[in-house]
Amino acid sequence: MALLRADHVTHYFGGLCAVSDFNLELESGELVGIIGPNGAGKTTVFNLITGVYKATEGSIHLDGQELVGRKPNAITQLGIARTFQNIRLFKDLTVLDNVRIAYYNWLKYSSWESLLHIGRYRAQEELYTNKALDLLEFFKLDQFADELAKNLPYGSQRRLEIARALATGPKLLLLDEPAAGMNPREIEQLMEFILWVRKEFGLTILLIEHQMRLVMGICERLKVLDFGATIAEGLPAEIRAHPKVLEAYLGEGGDQ
Amino acid sequence: MIMDNTPSSTPVSKGHALVQQLKMQWDRIANNRKVFPIVLVVGFILSILVPRFGLVNEYVQLIIIYIGINIILTTSLNLINGYMGEFSVGHAGFMAVGAYVSAIFTTKLLPENLLAAFFPLVVLAGGIGAALVGLLVSVPSFKTRGDYLAIVTLAFNMIVKSVIENIEAIGGPRGIPGIAKLTTLPWTFFWTVLAILVIRNFVYSNYGRGVQSIREDEIASDLMGVNTNKVKLLAFTLSSFFAGVAGALFAHVLQFISPKVFDILKSTDVLIMVYLGGIGSITGSILGATAYTVLLEVLRPFGMWRMVLMPLMLVLLMIFRPRGIMGMSEFRWLIPGFDLYAIKYWRRKKEVSSGTPTS
Repeated sequence: MALLRADHVTHYFGGLCAVSDFNLELESGELVGIIGPNGAGKTTVFNLITGVYKATEGSIHLDGQELVGRKPNAITQLGIARTFQNIRLFKDLTVLDNVRIAYYNWLKYSSWESLLHIGRYRAQEELYTNKALDLLEFFKLDQFADELAKNLPYGSQRRLEIARALATGPKLLLLDEPAAGMNPREIEQLMEFILWVRKEFGLTILLIEHQMRLVMGICERLKVLDFGATIAEGLPAEIRAHPKVLEAYLGEGGDQ
Repeated sequence: MIMDNTPSSTPVSKGHALVQQLKMQWDRIANNRKVFPIVLVVGFILSILVPRFGLVNEYVQLIIIYIGINIILTTSLNLINGYMGEFSVGHAGFMAVGAYVSAIFTTKLLPENLLAAFFPLVVLAGGIGAALVGLLVSVPSFKTRGDYLAIVTLAFNMIVKSVIENIEAIGGPRGIPGIAKLTTLPWTFFWTVLAILVIRNFVYSNYGRGVQSIREDEIASDLMGVNTNKVKLLAFTLSSFFAGVAGALFAHVLQFISPKVFDILKSTDVLIMVYLGGIGSITGSILGATAYTVLLEVLRPFGMWRMVLMPLMLVLLMIFRPRGIMGMSEFRWLIPGFDLYAIKYWRRKKEVSSGTPTS
């Protein structure tokens, strides 16, 4: 059975159709890319999967459980985590707190225990603070643990965002333009990094990207969106030569 | 020719040295974790001894009680405005609920000879009453934020005021006179410390971090799995509980309450104390509430100029130090030990387990 399954997902903003009849099946362990020109509806797809928007029509299932209609935090609990196109860290909180917040659903103590710092509070805090620090160490961020997130260099912020997403304990990771603002050398490193993360955490990854170099380099399958509609899908090599894709990116009559 | 630097004789650097000295002293107080137990013990002993032996006059004692009440109000409002990043302007509404609930108990329901013994429970009842109302107000906050939520809290304050004005049984616009003076220095100290500790504990917990993540980015917070509705509900309930407690203490020191006491101006007072002390800081709330209350009294001889001087100081503070006195930082002794040393503990644990001490 597919890990994630989107059937005929359609979404309107007022009268504007942002995504129409979107279908996707993700098998466990796959790395799939969504590409398309600006405004094609790629991020909207992410927002529909994670529950930020509620799909106007269609259904999305994770492991057979319906996602449409659930709140974002409930969907995260089911095992989907994401990063953002423009980094959305908790800027004025420490790097450690950024990760600890993502453990929110794992910490098991009641609000009474939190008010008085009694009962399970201490043991749970210790357990998950250490887990958070282990995770930061894994991403070579532990030396910044008590630094404010906004003071980190750009590349580290990107890594922290992925670390934070992984702290929620996802099966499926959604990466929204992970290579935005990176130079070719950094993109090379990022490609290795993504493959490494997938292996270490046993993840399925769906990513949005503009950088063809990255998409063609690591994605096993691609889906191309334009004006909310899926115009092509298949292996990277097929997509590269697909006439509709060339048209969407280069304009009509691209053969001249 | 190279000038020899011998600046110690110039008056400018003397002033500079004094500032340095003061800063060092300030840091010593801020960083010394022994300060906390000392403050608790000495404060508690003094709160009993001072009224008993009349160490300071009645007027100063009254000011100290008001400082305590204001600290409770400021810390609890800081939870919403500072940590959660919303703008609540209706704190006096919760205070009114606490004040009225407790005053009804002490003037109408309880026999006079039991009042002193039951006072802590009466204050608790005031807090619980306000907390229940806070629970209701948290519901609009699920969907509304920013300026719009500010309007909701503003409307709430007005509603509370006019509801009280229209219930004849509790005195309507005339209020409740002749409330027993039950708020003593030890009780004020107890409730102030309780409010500070409980709110601090909440902030340094899973839920408190959730509250702060809402301030930073609510959508990201939701997407990281934080149950934002639950966290908002907890924050509003806790905040209004302590506003109610402060209201109960306030009613039993003022000995007379009317709806007019709890209007929007009272809420504004608390707001000023929060932003004077600095948002997102419990230390700031304590210092802000103390500074504001004391300054208002010190400036009393200036008569009507007081209300010109005080706002002027605020304007200058906002221009030169917009984050307030503390602004998102905390005295080290107010941070729970575990949280403060978590990273150190983790490093030590790793050294032990790997068996090869680094550095």
